[in-house]
Amino acid sequence: MKPFEYARATGPAEAVRDYTPGTMYLGGGTNLVDLMKLGVAEPDRLLDVSRLPLDGIEEARDRVRVGATVRNTDLAAHPLIRARYPMLARAVLTGASGQVRNVATVAGNLLQRTRCTYFQDVTRPCNKRRPGSGCPAIAGDHANLAILGASDACVATHPSDLAVALAALDAEVHVTGPGGDRIVPMPGLHRLPGHEPERDTVLAPGDLITGVELPPPPPGASLYRKVRERASFAFALVSIAAVLDVAADGTVADCRIALGGVAHVPWRAERAERALIGGPATGEAFLQAAEAELEQAAPLPRNAYKVPLARNLIVATLEELAP
Amino acid sequence: MNRVEGRVKVTGLATYAAEYPAENVAYAYPVQAQIAKGRVKRIDVAQALELPGVLAVLSCEDPPRVAEDADPELALFQRRDVAYRGQFVAAVVADTYENARAAAAAVRVDYDPDDHDVRLSADHPGLYRPDVVNPGFPTDTAKGDVEAGLAQAATTVDVTYETPVLHNNPMEPHAALAFWDAEGRLLVYDTAQGASGSRAAIAKTLGLPPDRVRVVSRHVGGGFGAKGTTRPQAVLAALAAREVRRPVKIALTRHQMFDVTGYRTPTIQRVRIGADAEGRLTALEHVAYEQTSTLLEFAEQTAVVGRVMYATPNLRTAHRLVRLDVSTPSWMRAPGECPGMYALESAMDELAYAAGLDPVELRVRNDPETEPEGGLPFSSRNLVGCLREGARRFGWERRDPAPGIRREGEWLVGTGVAASTYPARRMPCQAVATVRDGDFLVQVAAADIGTGARTALTRIAAGALGVAPDRVHVELGDSDLPRAPVAGGSMGTASWGSAVVRACEELRRDGREGRADTTEEIKRDAELARHAFGAQFAEVRVSSVTGEVRVSRLLGVFAAGHIVDAKLARSQFLGGMTMGMGMALMEETPIDEEFGGFLHRDLAQYHVPVCADARHVEAVWLEEHDDALNPMGSKGIGEIGIVGTAAAIGNAVFHATGHRVRELPITPAKILAPRF
Repeated sequence: MKPFEYARATGPAEAVRDYTPGTMYLGGGTNLVDLMKLGVAEPDRLLDVSRLPLDGIEEARDRVRVGATVRNTDLAAHPLIRARYPMLARAVLTGASGQVRNVATVAGNLLQRTRCTYFQDVTRPCNKRRPGSGCPAIAGDHANLAILGASDACVATHPSDLAVALAALDAEVHVTGPGGDRIVPMPGLHRLPGHEPERDTVLAPGDLITGVELPPPPPGASLYRKVRERASFAFALVSIAAVLDVAADGTVADCRIALGGVAHVPWRAERAERALIGGPATGEAFLQAAEAELEQAAPLPRNAYKVPLARNLIVATLEELAP
Repeated sequence: MNRVEGRVKVTGLATYAAEYPAENVAYAYPVQAQIAKGRVKRIDVAQALELPGVLAVLSCEDPPRVAEDADPELALFQRRDVAYRGQFVAAVVADTYENARAAAAAVRVDYDPDDHDVRLSADHPGLYRPDVVNPGFPTDTAKGDVEAGLAQAATTVDVTYETPVLHNNPMEPHAALAFWDAEGRLLVYDTAQGASGSRAAIAKTLGLPPDRVRVVSRHVGGGFGAKGTTRPQAVLAALAAREVRRPVKIALTRHQMFDVTGYRTPTIQRVRIGADAEGRLTALEHVAYEQTSTLLEFAEQTAVVGRVMYATPNLRTAHRLVRLDVSTPSWMRAPGECPGMYALESAMDELAYAAGLDPVELRVRNDPETEPEGGLPFSSRNLVGCLREGARRFGWERRDPAPGIRREGEWLVGTGVAASTYPARRMPCQAVATVRDGDFLVQVAAADIGTGARTALTRIAAGALGVAPDRVHVELGDSDLPRAPVAGGSMGTASWGSAVVRACEELRRDGREGRADTTEEIKRDAELARHAFGAQFAEVRVSSVTGEVRVSRLLGVFAAGHIVDAKLARSQFLGGMTMGMGMALMEETPIDEEFGGFLHRDLAQYHVPVCADARHVEAVWLEEHDDALNPMGSKGIGEIGIVGTAAAIGNAVFHATGHRVRELPITPAKILAPRF
C-alpha cells in the first residue's frame, strides 16, 4: 500500500478548491480502502468528505433531496424514502451487509468500482486499471460480467443496487466541481466502457457529488428484485428496478425498467419501455418487450445465462406489478 | 456442555498465533511467483533493501539452509523452478508489516516462463495411476466382473460428475511467530491442527532434532484441514527469524491463503451402476480423475466410498491423477468421502429413478452384511436406521417421486436424500493426568481448532475420574505436552480421548499421577470395518424465473457411536452440513487457464453460505453402542456432516425441476441452461 496523506474537508466548496491531481475523495471507504489495500487505487492523498454537512434527507416541494454522505442504512430506513420510494429502500437493503451499509455513503455507493476479478488483481492485466494492458475476462472469467453495452476493451459491470433504482426513478445527481455546479440526470452518471474503460463516470477530476434529488415518485407500482446464488451479501447476477402504471383501459400508461449486473452502467431498458407504453399490459407484451431489449445483448460463453435470466426477470417483475 | 474457553474467546482474551506479544519483533512478507511455470532468472533486491526498515530479503539468490529431504512445498527458496503461480519465491523481513509489504512489492523478479498446463480433464495425456491414495489405501480395487454385472443388470446408469476446486477458508489466517534462543532452540507459535506434527515437520524441514523445536497453538481459528499439515508461513517465520536474529511474525493475507495453504482437488468422477429387477446392485464402478502438483503427489481417496457403501458382487474402484502446474492440493473436510459421496449418492438417486424405486428403499435394499470390498465385519453400521429415522422425521412417506411437478408460485419444490459415511479411526496418543491443588490437570498435545476439543476432553476426563467437569483443567496445543496426533480425519477426540481415559484410570489407581500411551492398546485393536454413517435429507425451492436455489430444510441423521457432548456435536454436524450446502450451491475457485493460479481469492468472490442460506438446518443422531472403537465408544463427527449434503441437495434440485446438474456448484446459470 502506497503511503498517502489524509485530510478532512471542511465544506464542499473547500473540498473542490483543495482538490489536486492524486487526491481522492473518501466517503465510507468500504470500496476505496479495499482497493488501496489491493494496490488498485493508489492516491497520494485522501480528502475525507464523509463528515461534510451533506447528510440530510429533505423534502423540497414534491421532490426529495438526499445528501451525498447519507449512510445507506439511514437512506433505506428514512420514512420519506420508505413511503414514497419503497423500491429504492428495497434496492439499498439488498446491497452488501448491515455493517457495510452502516458505513457506506450515497455518493460512494454510486462511485464504487467494478468487482471484476481481474480489475481487483494488480498482478493480472486489466484495461480499466491499466489502460492498454488487455482484458483477460473476455476469454477467461466473465460469468458475472456484462452482456449489454460492453466493448472489446472491457466487459465489466457496475455493482451498485442503489444506482439501478435511481436510474429507474430518473433521479438527478448534484455535482459541484472546478467547473461549477451541475446536475447529471441518471442513468447518465455512468458511461459505457468504449475505448476508455478506465472512466467509469462522466465526472471530471475534482468533481464532487453533493447529493441526489428524487423527482416525485412515478405513478404505478414499483419493485426491486435482485438475483444471486447466495441469499444475502452478494452482488447481483442480474437485478431489476421496475415501475409500471397501467391505465383503466388495461394499457401501459408509464413504465420504467432498469437492469443491474448486465452492463458497465445501470442499464435503462428504453427499448422495452418504448415497446410497452401505450400497449397492452399482458404477459405476451412483456415478453416481446424484454426480447426487444435483449436483442442488443452480446453475451460471452459463460455469461450467456444472463440473457434468459434478464428476460425472465423483466417478464416476471412486470407480471407481478400489473394489476 | 458450554465451551470451557468460551468466555476468553468472546471477550477477545484468547490469544491466537499472530497475537502473541514479542519484543523487537520483525515481520516477514512473501513475494509470490507471477508465472505458472518456468524459472527464476534473477531476483533484484537492491531497491527493496534500501527501503525503510528492511532487514533482509530471503530468496533463491542466496538460499537459506534447509534439510535436503524437506517437503518441496516447505523447502522455501531452494530452487529456481516455479511450480505454480503464487508460489513463494522470496520474502522481505522488515521492522513493520507495512514496510515488509512495501519492500516485497519492490523486489524485482525476472523469469524464464514456460508454457503451463493447469486444466484437469478425464482424457489428459498425463494421467497416471498413483501407487496408493491417501492416507494409504490401494489406488484401484476390483472384485468380480463389472462388465458382466452391468450386462446382466435390469437397469444401469453411466454418469459423470464434476466438482471444482474448493478452498477451506478458516476464519483465522495462517500465521506464525518464531523465536530462536541463544542455544539454537526454536519456538514457533503456529496455526497448527496439531502441535506435535507441526514440531516434527518444522524440525525435519530445518534439519533440527525435534527436541530443539517447540510449537504452541493454544487457540486456532478453524482449519478444516488447511492447517493439518505445516504450511510455508511457519517455515518462513523460522528462516526469517534465524536470518535477522530477531523474532519474526507473519500472517498470510486471504489471497495468499488461497495460493499456498492447500485446497480440495477438482474431480471428474465416472460412476457406472447396474441393478437387477429388485434393485439389488449387480455392479458398481467408480473412477475418479483428479490433480496434483509437480512438486508433490497428493492423491485424494475419492473413490474409496464404493468399497464401504453397498453390497454388490462386482465392484471396481480406481483413481487417476495428473500432475499440473498448480499448488499441491491438500486436506479439506472429509477428503475423499466428501467429493466421492457426492458422485456415488447422486448416481444412486439416478439409479432409483431409472429403476422406479424409492431412493431410501434402494439404499436399504443394498445395505451390506460386511464391508463390500474387503469383507470385514462392521464394528457397527446403522445406515438403515439413519435412513428410516430421517424419512420419518422428514415426512418422506408423503413424497411423490415424480420430478418437476410441485410449485409454489414461481418456485419449484423438491426433496432429496443421500447417505453419509466417514471412517472411525484412532491413532496412538500420549496423555498425563495429575492432581493439582485438589483438582485435576490433564495434559495432551491435542488441538482445539474451534471444534470444542478442549471441552470434549474435559468432559471425557471428568467422566473417567468420576468428578465434575469444573474440577478438570485440560491443557493442550503445545508440543511440549504429551505427544498427540493431528486434529484431522475425525480421529482427534477418539485418539486423544483414549489416552486421556487411560491416564485418568492410571491416576485413580496411583492417587497422584497417571501417564498413558495408547500405542500398544491400538495395536491390539481387532481388525474390523469401523465407520460412522448418516442420512441427509434436503428440501429445496428452485425459482423457475431466476434459477436461484434456496434450501428450505436440511436434516441430517447420524449414527456415530456414543456422542460425547450433545451441544458440541450438534454444532459440528450443523457446521459440516452448512459447508456441504456451500459446496452444493456456491463454492468454487476458478482456475486461471491463461495466467495460472486461482481467481476469486477473497470472501467477496468465493462465497460460503451466510445465515440467510441456512434457514432450517437440523441434526440429530441415533445413540449407537459400539465397544470396538475406544473407551468412549465414540466415532469422529468433524467430517461426516459435510458428506452427502451436496448430493442430497442436488437430488432435491432434480426432484424439483426434472433437470440433473452434474457439475458443482448448482448455480442459476446451470439451472437456466436447458431453458435457453
